[in-house]
Amino acid sequence: MGKIVAGVGSSHVPSIGSAFDQKAQESPEWKPLFDGYKPAKAWLKEKEVTHAIVIYNDHGTDFFFDKCPTFAMGAAEEYPIGDEGWGIRDLPTVKGDLDFSWHLANSIIGESEFDLTICQEMVMDHGLLVPLPLLFDFEPDWGVKTVPLHVNVLQHPLPTPNRLWQLGQAIRKAVESYPEDARVAVIGTGGLSHQLHGNRFGHMNENWDQEFLDMIEDDPKKLIDIPHDVWMERGGAESVEMIMWLGMRGALTQDVNKVHRSYYMPMLTGMGITVMEDKVASAA
Amino acid sequence: MSKETGHSDHIPGTFVFTGKRSAKGLKLNKFAYSLAKAENREAFGKDPVAYMDTFGLSDWEKQKIIEKDVKALVEEGGGSIYMLIKIGAVTGDGLASMGAQQRGETLEEFMATRNVPLKQNT
Repeated sequence: MGKIVAGVGSSHVPSIGSAFDQKAQESPEWKPLFDGYKPAKAWLKEKEVTHAIVIYNDHGTDFFFDKCPTFAMGAAEEYPIGDEGWGIRDLPTVKGDLDFSWHLANSIIGESEFDLTICQEMVMDHGLLVPLPLLFDFEPDWGVKTVPLHVNVLQHPLPTPNRLWQLGQAIRKAVESYPEDARVAVIGTGGLSHQLHGNRFGHMNENWDQEFLDMIEDDPKKLIDIPHDVWMERGGAESVEMIMWLGMRGALTQDVNKVHRSYYMPMLTGMGITVMEDKVASAA
Repeated sequence: MSKETGHSDHIPGTFVFTGKRSAKGLKLNKFAYSLAKAENREAFGKDPVAYMDTFGLSDWEKQKIIEKDVKALVEEGGGSIYMLIKIGAVTGDGLASMGAQQRGETLEEFMATRNVPLKQNT
């Protein structure tokens, strides 16, 4: 049977991917970031995660504004690594699970009435590729099968935070009705505070980032009524993508065991990771 | 005039990427998006104007792209920063350079405001 064994929130800042590829993990400016992921990766390995559902957004890798799905989920055996302009990163093709993806589609669309676009071909973007190798083994091949779930957080109108929460609940229902064995990590990506345009470029807000991390862990429902404007005002316009973490959090129990958290704010973006699990899961 | 939902432009220095901005910048953003392909980066690098003409860009858009005026492209042209950054894959400008220009600063001035300068962003 399918079971959600972990929830992870993670930034997906592209410079993390560049530093990773340049093997800058031990450099003084990057060590705090990469060290923050080590306990997360070790714990996920201990939990024997088989599948990762990754809620992320494409940034002009496979989707453009000509056709811009609000929610799009992959249903393929594999997902190629995209070229975002700077070449293709040296990572193995992301492995999917056709049967699991179509089960999720049938449940989320057919039972939870959540109208996803289903993609049988989907090219992977840094939104997913930055956190994935920090959380799971990938050499010589990926240790998990992945379901990419893209959310439009670029072109307004965006889905509401509450809609992300509902998506998380639909994901939970779908995973728990999967008849095969699957130990699933749901991963919400993006943020934290940053603004990349206008003369407010470079805006960051550590206080808000920490408050957000507290709320996503302890009181996530307080986040679902916050309008997009307020997210943008507090964390910077591009930080509104933090609503994607609610897709992860909505898939977990109200109370969670907090496993790990790390935060680093070097240059343009607050970088956060939080790892949690259902409260009941550890008691059992 | 129809009302767009979920945002307003009340945040100083902020130009929310609304449907209307996206419509205005569709050709510009499509041009920038195209640079995700290696052969297009090569074509743009070889003959920028000829390549931009294949997307039907206006003289104003072409001029601002050549002048690296990201501020104008975002604030007036409907440019999405996530697409415009791909122009930098050809010109060599990083996100921090584009940000400094939008703030009206040199890259050095902008970098001096940061906690930890990361070369991966410049």
